[in-house]
Amino acid sequence: MGHKRRRVLPGFGISLGYALTYLGLIVLLPLAALVWKASALDANGWLQLLSAPRTLAALKLSFGGALLAALFNAVAGLLVTWVLVRYRFPGRRLFDALVDLPFALPTAVAGIALTAIYAPNGWLGQYLLPLGIKIAYAPAGVLVAMVFVGFPYVVRTLQPVLETLDRDVEEAAESLGATRLQTFVRIVAPALMPTLLTGFALALARAVGEYGSVIFIAGNIPMRSEIAPLLIVQKLEQFDYAGAAALGTVMLGFSLLLLVAIALLQRWSGRWAERGA
Amino acid sequence: MSGLRGTRRPSWRHRLLRGALIALVMAFMAVLVLLPLAAVFIEALSKGAAAFMDVLAQPETVSSIKLTLLVAVLAVPSNLVFGVAAAWAMTRFEFRGKALLGAFIDLPFSVSPVVAGLVYVLLFGAQGWFGPWLSEHGVAIIFAVPGLVLATVFITLPFVARELISLMQAQGSEEEEAARTLGASGWQMFFRVTLPNIRWALLYGVLLCNARAMGEFGAVSVVSGHIRGLTTTMPLEVEMRYNEYDYMGAFAVASLLGLLALLTLVVKALLEWRYGDELAARAPRGH
Repeated sequence: MGHKRRRVLPGFGISLGYALTYLGLIVLLPLAALVWKASALDANGWLQLLSAPRTLAALKLSFGGALLAALFNAVAGLLVTWVLVRYRFPGRRLFDALVDLPFALPTAVAGIALTAIYAPNGWLGQYLLPLGIKIAYAPAGVLVAMVFVGFPYVVRTLQPVLETLDRDVEEAAESLGATRLQTFVRIVAPALMPTLLTGFALALARAVGEYGSVIFIAGNIPMRSEIAPLLIVQKLEQFDYAGAAALGTVMLGFSLLLLVAIALLQRWSGRWAERGA
Repeated sequence: MSGLRGTRRPSWRHRLLRGALIALVMAFMAVLVLLPLAAVFIEALSKGAAAFMDVLAQPETVSSIKLTLLVAVLAVPSNLVFGVAAAWAMTRFEFRGKALLGAFIDLPFSVSPVVAGLVYVLLFGAQGWFGPWLSEHGVAIIFAVPGLVLATVFITLPFVARELISLMQAQGSEEEEAARTLGASGWQMFFRVTLPNIRWALLYGVLLCNARAMGEFGAVSVVSGHIRGLTTTMPLEVEMRYNEYDYMGAFAVASLLGLLALLTLVVKALLEWRYGDELAARAPRGH
């Protein structure tokens, strides 16, 4: 680990210099432009923007919907991961590979496909409507799209941890008379918790900013099923650059907050892994 | 509470629970994931194969395919070079602010695609920092191909870097140091030692990067201006047809992207299956 050994390898200056310049030009300078443009808005302008009922409704839907979708994905993702890792059944590998489909399928394609399924005359929508359940063109549609795009995050973060979880401890607990539920609550859940939270945060970050898959199924009814990113697009189309930048900055701020939370969670789960080893 | 019944109790209750859980997960994934995938292809062929082929032959479709390929051909190699440089610096040297650099590399993953498009409009649009200068010199970035490429580069920036950083961190630098000690030049070391060690992870990163680059919608939609034949990539062509009530046409173009997604998943699964150890030296993922 000494300094001398490290110095043997060439290319420190050029690789770091290139990476920093590239990252600066592609990501940091543009994000600085966003914050700078938003600062053109004075306190009154911010107040007006953020207290507008339409803005509030959109932010509430984007953040609230993403929170609900991520919670659902945390539970469903835990169940799916458990079944994929612990049980052997025909088609397991196929279902395992299919977990990544929401990552691979372009969001616009997912959006129109989900709409075809849940629209009032759609594949499932036509049977749900008589039951009084309306999904597409309603807030529920936004949730369905957010669940779809966030689904792989929880499974893919949990999977490697559950695979390496030492089963001896569980078996010891059971041989000492613990029930399966007790074993799960006392042994498995604490070990998985930091990773589950990381997956939850990743799914949340993705769902808050999601655009492509949501706008087709949402119906985009102002005050009801209109998400915050769509409001940014609309402000841009009306040449309200300061307003768009301000809303964009709010969303960026939340992304940064989540990024910090995820980094802390990963450090926490790293400690867990070390202790387990 | 009979504690000495053994560690495994394959009782009928347990078997029932296990079967119920498997069935529940299969049903859930069938509705959530398989049904949308099936919908894409079935809706695309709803008016028959002839109508489907007709949509694919239309000039708007052809130009959107060409533009999508062009954007990917420019954006993916650019992020490939960045990924190698960033991973080399981050895994082979110690320097201050390394953790911060890692966080910034991941940033595009958690930024809304709309925000990613917005920042380039604010930089290069008519009202932006460089807008007036650009229009004076006759350079178009927003509502033109360069804007599409920039937005795509932003969105797909972390893919290659991420794969390489975790792998190269785990691999360590012993082999490279040995090569240098034996007198290899920097490039000899890179092409003979580093590259063969990371090639499958590199391919894996490029695969995911390419899938996202070809399928990106939100960021590209903000900077595109939706000029048919000039700035509409395939996902934007899907949106325009859909909004014009040409549902079958939208699904026909979407089905090509669906095929790309399936192909990506198959190659990804093959890479994980065949080269799992070389993809992640520590924990094999997915098997």
